[in-house]
Amino acid sequence: MRRLHSFPGGIHPPEHKEQSTRLPIAAAPLPPKLVVPMQQHAGAAARPLVAPGERVLKGQVIGAPEPGVSAPVHAPTSGIVVALELQPAPHPSGLMALCAVIEPDGEERWGGRAALDPFHAPGDELLRRLHEAGIVGLGGAVFPSAIKARVNGRRIATLVVNGGECEPYISCDDMLMRERAPEIVRGIEILYRLTGAAEVVVGIEDNKPEALAAMRAAARGSRAPVEVAGVPALYPAGGERQLIKVVTGQEVPSGGLPLDIGVVCFNVATAYCVQRAVELGEPLVSRVITVTGNVHAPRNYECLLGTPVADLAELAGPGADTDGYIMGGPLMGFRLPSPRVPVVKASNCIIATSPALFPPPPPAMPCIRCGRCAEVCPARLQPMDLYWFAKARNFERAEEFSLFDCIECGCCDFVCPSHIPLVEYYKFAKGEIRTLKRERQAADTARDRHEFRLFRQEREKQERAARLATRSPKAAHAEGAPRATAETASGGEE
Amino acid sequence: MEQYLLILVGTVFVNNIVMVKVLGLCPFMGVSRKLETAIGMGYATTFVLTVASGASYLINKYLLGPELAYLTTLSFIVVIAGIVQLTEMVMRKVSPLLHQVLGIYLPLITTNCAVLGIPLLNVQENHGFVESLFFGLGGALGFSLALVLFGAMRERLEGADVPAPFRGSAIAMITAGFMSLAFMGFAGLVK
Amino acid sequence: MLSAVLVVAGIAVVLGGLLGYAAIRFRVEGNPVVDEVDKILPQTQCGQCGFPGCRPYAEAIVEGAADINRCPPGGEANIQRLADLLGREFKPLSEEVGEPRPRSVALIDESRCIGCTLCIQACPVDAILGASKQMHTVIAAECTGCELCVAPCPVDCIRMEPIEEDLGNWRWRYPENPLRAA
Repeated sequence: MRRLHSFPGGIHPPEHKEQSTRLPIAAAPLPPKLVVPMQQHAGAAARPLVAPGERVLKGQVIGAPEPGVSAPVHAPTSGIVVALELQPAPHPSGLMALCAVIEPDGEERWGGRAALDPFHAPGDELLRRLHEAGIVGLGGAVFPSAIKARVNGRRIATLVVNGGECEPYISCDDMLMRERAPEIVRGIEILYRLTGAAEVVVGIEDNKPEALAAMRAAARGSRAPVEVAGVPALYPAGGERQLIKVVTGQEVPSGGLPLDIGVVCFNVATAYCVQRAVELGEPLVSRVITVTGNVHAPRNYECLLGTPVADLAELAGPGADTDGYIMGGPLMGFRLPSPRVPVVKASNCIIATSPALFPPPPPAMPCIRCGRCAEVCPARLQPMDLYWFAKARNFERAEEFSLFDCIECGCCDFVCPSHIPLVEYYKFAKGEIRTLKRERQAADTARDRHEFRLFRQEREKQERAARLATRSPKAAHAEGAPRATAETASGGEE
Repeated sequence: MEQYLLILVGTVFVNNIVMVKVLGLCPFMGVSRKLETAIGMGYATTFVLTVASGASYLINKYLLGPELAYLTTLSFIVVIAGIVQLTEMVMRKVSPLLHQVLGIYLPLITTNCAVLGIPLLNVQENHGFVESLFFGLGGALGFSLALVLFGAMRERLEGADVPAPFRGSAIAMITAGFMSLAFMGFAGLVK
Repeated sequence: MLSAVLVVAGIAVVLGGLLGYAAIRFRVEGNPVVDEVDKILPQTQCGQCGFPGCRPYAEAIVEGAADINRCPPGGEANIQRLADLLGREFKPLSEEVGEPRPRSVALIDESRCIGCTLCIQACPVDAILGASKQMHTVIAAECTGCELCVAPCPVDCIRMEPIEEDLGNWRWRYPENPLRAA
């Protein structure tokens, strides 16, 4: 039995998970059109490889990864690419993104699917398979898993598998663990082999007893030393840094990565996809997603990436007074600009909202410095100071007060008695600081180029002056030389 | 040993130069906009005041003696001016940015009434050499403390929701007044 | 009387000697503050401030010959940063230097370019690729949007394209606060 630790702060929001876990995962039917964005992952967007009019097979690569941090994009089903155009993106800005619009032919015909032996294939080949399958972190960060699993000889003490799912309303990981625990454990074994970890811990919140039982049963016969730990249900225990603290007792250093303390953390859904990619040769083309909120039949669906949210929500029967959809949870999610946007790799939950269920927030009142936000912050920050600095645009001080350690969990927001939208201020401040750094770098490059230009002009001037200085004696020398050669030539001939 | 500790506590808290004796207000108000400059000014004044206290005691006791007592103020000012010049040169070398930001307030340490007041008080109270040093050090530490506290508050005031008529110097003065009231709570700490 | 004069003179001589030695020992070359000011300026080298580049403007600010509010590409945020750095008062952007223009990048219409190299000579960061009688093109990643190339072009084939907001450079807005009146 592993000794568990605790992280500071945290809140107990009402869970609202029960309604979407009554029914098993259902397979969502093929929608009439799939909209597949080229950017569904952290890093550089994929480069489109298809043109309108082309036929594609299920699992065919339609977007090639760029070098560096990037991932490929695959066709979720067989059909025809009807367009490669800008479509509304599932992004809070409401901006458009380049998407391949595919009309399914209904046959769901796969392209080539090659299985790999997870225990005898070389590690490099497995990593390549993860990369080619487009596997990214399905917990929400969508960081390419092939890069995360590439530990480059670093000693990994613990492989943490995140089955936390602490945010209210979301239950996709819960249902995945209940129904497909053996596959998840096989995926964990592959990751265990890739990272060379000394031990494996699966952290699951204790409000999911069925998932805990299923995972424990599946882990019993596993080749890897998989330990399933039930962690106390406290938001945000499913946050990577918080879960690592709870199961290993170590804190990820400020501004650092879990790799710095010898820990690698993957989501259970990511492990599931790893198993499918390696043992079945299937790239990431679908995911389990919770549809809940103001719907008649909330449940989890396994749907193809690119399914428009409206089509998915229709399956659950949105209420008549539905006024919009949230992608993600009520604390960390965002309002979708339109229901036309597609489901992407990062979509773990769609909540249908209504004025009754999600009333508009009351106007923010002045901060009374009650300190409740600091009590609940899991990163042990001082949210009220970050708020003051972000509000006054004093970004230097905000950064000094560890603004970039904020995981934007929303605990402070939740408890603020003045209803101040604290996380919005932090997101604003982070964006401004990042832009500032980018502009500084561009300015430094411009300054270097300008200085080199001045240096080059000075050098050209000096070269010209040097040439002019040697021109007069040189001109005489140059005129003399041909005459001399002519003389010798004529002399030679004669 | 105990008496030196008492001198320190006395000058830093009970008889804080800025908050209780109300001396040295010019750099207090002028330099406390940003915390870094307030700390820099604190360092500079501490150095100047401690060295000046020691040097002025020595000059007063051995060079001036009882007959030339009327030259006290003049010679103290000359010594302080020299030390401030030295500090300015060192600061220009070590931290040119701080030197630029402190600007005119660095040479104005010469005219800081606290920096002249402490050596004169040393003479008045008949302190010994070590006592003078500690008195100077304590006074400067108290000055730095008041400056740093005030600087930190002013930085937060920049971002606060201050009513329009009070913005800027007005709210700063009011805050300084409140701080002074708070420091009067230390009265009676050192008997 | 004599002793008083001697004492004061003595103090003055000793201090003078000490300061003279210190002046040599702690000599400082150049002015590092200009570097700090230059780091804040946006390096567009556009000349809108009235100086031939960002470094001359930085030098003028430190000398006191120019005010801190003359740089439109830097915007009010930069003026505030300069004010904080130098301990001066914040002032709104000076009317003499014009309005801040949206960030843009130069674009050469290749069908009209005649290969005269006048724009190449004008660009302060060498962001235009080309040679005499060869096609000219702007390296968009290096263009600072200073607009110095637009005027010299004899066929007016350069225009400024504002940088649009897309998913790559979008950022969160300042949160609105409906209860606050001012």
